[in-house]
Amino acid sequence: MEQAIRCEGLSKAFGRTRALQGLELAVPAGAVFGFLGPNGAGKTTTMRLLAGLARPSAGSAWICGQKVRAGSREIARLVGYLPEEPAFYGWMRPREFLDYVARLFGFGPAERQRRVEMVLETVGLQDVAGRRISGLSRGMRQRLGLAQALVHGPRVLLLDEPASALDPIGRREILEFIRALAPDCTVFFSTHILADVERICDQVAVIANGRLVVQARTEELLRRYALPVFEVEVEPGQGVALQRWLQELGAAGWLLGVSHAADGNSARILCREVSEARQALIAGLAQASLPITRLELVRPSLEEVFVRLVQGEADK
Amino acid sequence: MSALWTVWRKEMLEAVRSRRLLGVTATLFVFGAASPLLARLTPQILQLLPGAEAFAALVPEPSLADAVAQYLKNQSQFGILLAILTSMGAVVQEKERGTAAMVLCKPLPRWAFIAGKFMAIGASFLLALAVGAVAGYYYSEVLFGGLGLGRWLAANVLLLTWLLVHAAMTLLFSTLGRSQLVAGGGGFGMLAVLGLLGSVPGLQRWLPAALLGWAARLCLGGGGPAWPALVVSLALTFLSLIGACVALERQEI
Repeated sequence: MEQAIRCEGLSKAFGRTRALQGLELAVPAGAVFGFLGPNGAGKTTTMRLLAGLARPSAGSAWICGQKVRAGSREIARLVGYLPEEPAFYGWMRPREFLDYVARLFGFGPAERQRRVEMVLETVGLQDVAGRRISGLSRGMRQRLGLAQALVHGPRVLLLDEPASALDPIGRREILEFIRALAPDCTVFFSTHILADVERICDQVAVIANGRLVVQARTEELLRRYALPVFEVEVEPGQGVALQRWLQELGAAGWLLGVSHAADGNSARILCREVSEARQALIAGLAQASLPITRLELVRPSLEEVFVRLVQGEADK
Repeated sequence: MSALWTVWRKEMLEAVRSRRLLGVTATLFVFGAASPLLARLTPQILQLLPGAEAFAALVPEPSLADAVAQYLKNQSQFGILLAILTSMGAVVQEKERGTAAMVLCKPLPRWAFIAGKFMAIGASFLLALAVGAVAGYYYSEVLFGGLGLGRWLAANVLLLTWLLVHAAMTLLFSTLGRSQLVAGGGGFGMLAVLGLLGSVPGLQRWLPAALLGWAARLCLGGGGPAWPALVVSLALTFLSLIGACVALERQEI
């Protein structure tokens, strides 16, 4: 399968700090690829290296077969890059800024106008295209950032936290839009919102401390690394009793962790092994006489897998 | 080349929208027009000041030389301030704000980013100085007469060259520095260093400031050209711009 992005031993050090340590990554063309990691894991450094804004201390990266070099114009034509906090000239208007970017790509007047209007419509900024950028909200700026990354029709889109500043409706729209870009465009995006990754990514890579922890298809990752999770729900008003009972479970050998829902009436119980956990939970709930409304073995979330992988890396 | 013109166009638009171009032009217009007027009216002004009437008699009859000297002094002093102030943020501010990262990941050669900015600074000062020169020429001719247009134009070109030497050096510091303060400090520092070097016997004719003396001589006749100063000025401008391009090429944004 053709690779859109390939990293071999990609490393970056800032003085004594090693932000990225021998990253090995292969992103297939046409994929929507989630790049996950805790703060300081090296996600933004990787993005900047791939965008040609920084130079690696060691190793190399290729985009669509072209070796990435800082300031390379060939790479710039292949890639659309949205930084985590996109910055603009506040005195410009969105339409002017996009026209400026299109000029940098050398498009003629008619083509510029067509592309600018198309991306404005795509990201839903047509109504504010004549307003000063300094007056736009953070969400609108994020959309403008996405528009400027798309204006030249890149083959690879590097998005650093593209939906973090958007409201839920805006986020859903942008995610649907990103999903629709594939397979013509490969999307490589980092995010802290793991539900977004689960929603749209074909593949994910998890990095921690500048090292790749795992790369796999999303479904495979969930299957390979996920541990069983039971969800237990009690009648309204019984949240305190449920929490007390869960605290008493603390020392059980089959138990790995517990997370409470915001309403307090339900909890997710991460287990080592299903059958032992099931027996212990049913017996324990009966003994405690908790008025349960639901006890269910559920599909683990990517967040649970992510936390487990990253904690495992930190413990090494 | 289209990237160069794109950057230049954007810089000019920014100069207009931010009213920077208006500010520079208004300043050089005011001092261009006021210089011959002040030269002409200084004795009268002194006579009107209580207690200063006695000094009025001591002031010699104003001449075209006074008007030209006043013009070059004012335009060079305010011009150099504006040249350094408008250049010091040109690159470092874009890096600080993050706009440099937004545009330099596009197919924009880094030399074009620097050259476009310098061309816009040059165009702004060309326009502003032209407006100031027209005003200065008009009042000098009305009040004194005898100022040759060609020589006046040549003198203003020398003044512009001198301003652009300092703009280019400040642009280099703006590329190298981590803040506008450092860039401005570098620009004013070079002004001071070149000023101090001017006090070394025999060195003055090689320094950019000698262009101002040449400009005065051009307007008034007498004395010869300062070719060494012109060569050094052009070399300093060129080397500063090359330095800025090389530095930006090596930097991580």
